[in-house]
Amino acid sequence: MGVEGIGARVARKEDKRFLTGKGRYTDDMVVPGMKYAAFVRSPHAHAKIKRIDASAAEKMPGVIAVLNGQQMLDDGIGNLICGWMIHSKDGSPMKMGAWRPLAHETVRYVGDAVAVVVADSVGEARDAAEQVVVDYEELPAVTDAATALTAGQPQLHPEAAGNLIYDWAIGTSEAETDAAIAAAAHVTEMTILNNRLAPNPMEPRAALGVYDSAEDHYTCYTTSQNPHVARLVMSAFYNVAPENKLRVIAPDVGGGFGSKIFIYPEEIVCLWASKRAGVPVKWTSDRTEAFLTDAHGRDHRSTVKMAFDKDNRITALKVDTIANFGAYMSLFSSSVPTYLYATLLSGQYAIPAIHANVRAVYTNTTPVDAYRGAGRPEATYLLERTIETAARELGVSPAELRRKNFIRSFPYQTPVIMNYDAGNYEASLEASMKQADWAGFPARKAEAEKRGKKRGIGMSCYIEACGIAPSAAVGSLGAGVGLWESAEVRVNAVGTIEVLTGSHSHGQGHETTFAQLVADRFGVPIDSVSVVHGDTDKVQMGMGTYGSRSGAVGMSAIVKALDKVEAKAKKIAAHLMEADESDIVIENGEAKVAGTDKTVPWFQVALSAYTAHNLPGGMEPGLKEGAFYDPTNFTFPAGCYICEVEIDQETGKTDIIQFVAADDFGNIINPMIVEGQVHGGIAQGIGQALLEGVHYDAQSGQLLTASYMDYAMPRADDLPSFQVSHQNTPCPGNPLGIKGCGEAGAIGSPPALINAITDAIGNNDLSMPATPQKVWAAIHAAH
Amino acid sequence: MTKVTMTVNGRQVSGDVEDRTLLVQFIREKLGLTGTHVGCDTSQCGTCVVHMDGRSIKSCSTLAVQAAGSEILTIEGLARDGELHPVQAAFKAHHGLQCGFCTPGMVMTAVDMINRYGGALDEKTVRENLEGNICRCTGYHNIVKAILAAAAEMSAGRQAAE
Ligand code: FES
Ligand code: FES
Repeated sequence: MGVEGIGARVARKEDKRFLTGKGRYTDDMVVPGMKYAAFVRSPHAHAKIKRIDASAAEKMPGVIAVLNGQQMLDDGIGNLICGWMIHSKDGSPMKMGAWRPLAHETVRYVGDAVAVVVADSVGEARDAAEQVVVDYEELPAVTDAATALTAGQPQLHPEAAGNLIYDWAIGTSEAETDAAIAAAAHVTEMTILNNRLAPNPMEPRAALGVYDSAEDHYTCYTTSQNPHVARLVMSAFYNVAPENKLRVIAPDVGGGFGSKIFIYPEEIVCLWASKRAGVPVKWTSDRTEAFLTDAHGRDHRSTVKMAFDKDNRITALKVDTIANFGAYMSLFSSSVPTYLYATLLSGQYAIPAIHANVRAVYTNTTPVDAYRGAGRPEATYLLERTIETAARELGVSPAELRRKNFIRSFPYQTPVIMNYDAGNYEASLEASMKQADWAGFPARKAEAEKRGKKRGIGMSCYIEACGIAPSAAVGSLGAGVGLWESAEVRVNAVGTIEVLTGSHSHGQGHETTFAQLVADRFGVPIDSVSVVHGDTDKVQMGMGTYGSRSGAVGMSAIVKALDKVEAKAKKIAAHLMEADESDIVIENGEAKVAGTDKTVPWFQVALSAYTAHNLPGGMEPGLKEGAFYDPTNFTFPAGCYICEVEIDQETGKTDIIQFVAADDFGNIINPMIVEGQVHGGIAQGIGQALLEGVHYDAQSGQLLTASYMDYAMPRADDLPSFQVSHQNTPCPGNPLGIKGCGEAGAIGSPPALINAITDAIGNNDLSMPATPQKVWAAIHAAH
Repeated sequence: MTKVTMTVNGRQVSGDVEDRTLLVQFIREKLGLTGTHVGCDTSQCGTCVVHMDGRSIKSCSTLAVQAAGSEILTIEGLARDGELHPVQAAFKAHHGLQCGFCTPGMVMTAVDMINRYGGALDEKTVRENLEGNICRCTGYHNIVKAILAAAAEMSAGRQAAE
């Protein structure tokens, strides 16, 4: 592997700038003449806008402009859209209501933007925003999705009768599934809630719009996971500017976890306002705005039936899910509870009949979209809670019940579209049970009992689909974009190398891992390799980073470009050494003729390509190649997580004694970075299971958890150190054998924790987050 | 407007500020030192931590006028002569950062923690002392490791010097 090549634990190249305060985030950007935006937001969950009076605000010190939604409409700025078409069971297309960047008629959630103030300073902009008078006619609101579907509830959009966006199904026919359930020896039935979460990257969203009137050109600095998609959507749908007149730059971005995939009203408004007001306009979210307006995650209510034959083999699974979409359809919202959720309902198990029904529903809440894992945590939580419950009902060990039902031969076609290409579920189960000393648990439980503590252990076997995704396949399922990735490898005249990628790094360490790929290929030091990303003027096109795709898809594109560079470099080297091209090997920073001592240093090959004094006949000068890689299948990371907890009966407080993760990510470029991804994912999963939850007041629709005083983020002393290991089966679908690791931790961990807590307290009736109050109540209800 | 003067990273600086100007705004906007971040509005996240007269404080909850006459150290002033401070070096060696947004505050908090506890730090103490710093990326695992490693290295260094 070489000290810096594939598989090496290389310290990150990007760290120094972050460690010395030299990171460049959007809010750090300063351009000449820059002014600041503050948004006027709806204090009501649902209301008609009767009048907006900005006259007092316009007279406030420092105010340059107060702009509203009618002006945006007059300027032809389009609606925000959802880019994935889902058809209901009856064949009708999903019912998408209009989402204006600045509401001009109706507001539909607390935080909906209605006007923007541009002023000399942030303080002045905010002061003036408070003086904008908006007359609202309040309407009744609904925040719970199941309630919103019932008769007589407030209606959010005229397009969506009964607040229903779609009623969609997948898998085996309902009749066949029902028949299998009717014939079963045992059926486990549950109602499963998946709590709503706020993603909370530590860097709040921000946007800086700069309009150049001489060139009629816009530049947008923004906190985006996918600047090219942002440019595409803002050009093609929002009519901000044509692509060649719009440059989008996502510089250092402080975490995303899905929430920075989407194109939000604020960046559109900053761009538009920069032309309208004639000054560059910067907006930076504060944390309360982030809670109000960053797309939330999860919020499912499901019922499930899992049927078993007399040998405890699963014969059928039936799932009915209601997904809360909030007030508007966010960019990829429709795909989350469908193709990212229901398609994973087979889990690691061979289940002959699976039928899933999903209803997507409007409510007067913040829009909901992909958050780390996106659909797959919901599927895993549902399945792993259900199979654990089944094991308890059947009186068999949870490991045995899972083992008995594991898929063991590949490829495996599930009834819900996915075709699993490779895996070894037994290996991760074994590894995690060994690591956790599962066999020694009864003794530990007995010892804890003596101390008056309730001890429990729980597991979760997850699978996810990553490396999204083959463009033709997702196109046929309704995606509005292709999900390939692009790369360009530029070898400079003295042999240093730039890799341009359409992936975007916001914590994942691409500047290091992508350089490792190149170092591995040519044996050059990673310091001679630079990774360029996040700027639509530098990288032509790309699909960005989400769904654990940058390794499997982004790096595969780099491999393709490297193949082309290597082929040309070999031709040049062969010509220089008067050898046969097929005898050339490139390693350790030089080109060699195999079996001889003839070598040419790498820089010499590069230089020859650019001097072009002595190239093979007919060869173009230069050494630079580009590639697009379109995946052939999803990838299927999988693993087994085990959590052991101890619970204080007096307070209901859960202590995590140990957390073990055994994952199969396929081949790994940098184990240190992969482990870091798992740690972070597990922390978010533990957050969901124990601490985090977005709460609305059901009557008023006010967000009750809009700050870190009210929304419990996982802190260092809420978490243990984690024990992580890998049992890898290479992915056959891409050249590097990579499956992806970014989301696994958040997917696998919540059910392991809740299974452990319910095991400890002997009451299975517990929902996330399992706060001390809920756990205490469940302990007492059980007795 | 009030004129304030203070020492930031060893240099005397002054500027006119409103009464409501926060120290973090003064540092970021007036001095252009953007390594100190703002991650919340309720004094919870610690991305804004700097040292004032040798102790870590949250610069989002301190007015610029309160810092008049004090010695401020920000993340930009920690490395000396191009050499990373041992805490910075440990964060790099142990992968204690991902997106980097919490990192300046984490590092400044860690330096203060090590100054206070020296070699007596253990995992539990580190975790408790990180109460005011939120990281969404790392799950804290490698941050804790990095701080313990830096504490051990710094106290070994101190002993060797004695
Ligand atoms: S900015 Fe969050 S604590 Fe200071
Ligand atoms: S490294 Fe991203 S918040 Fe800590």
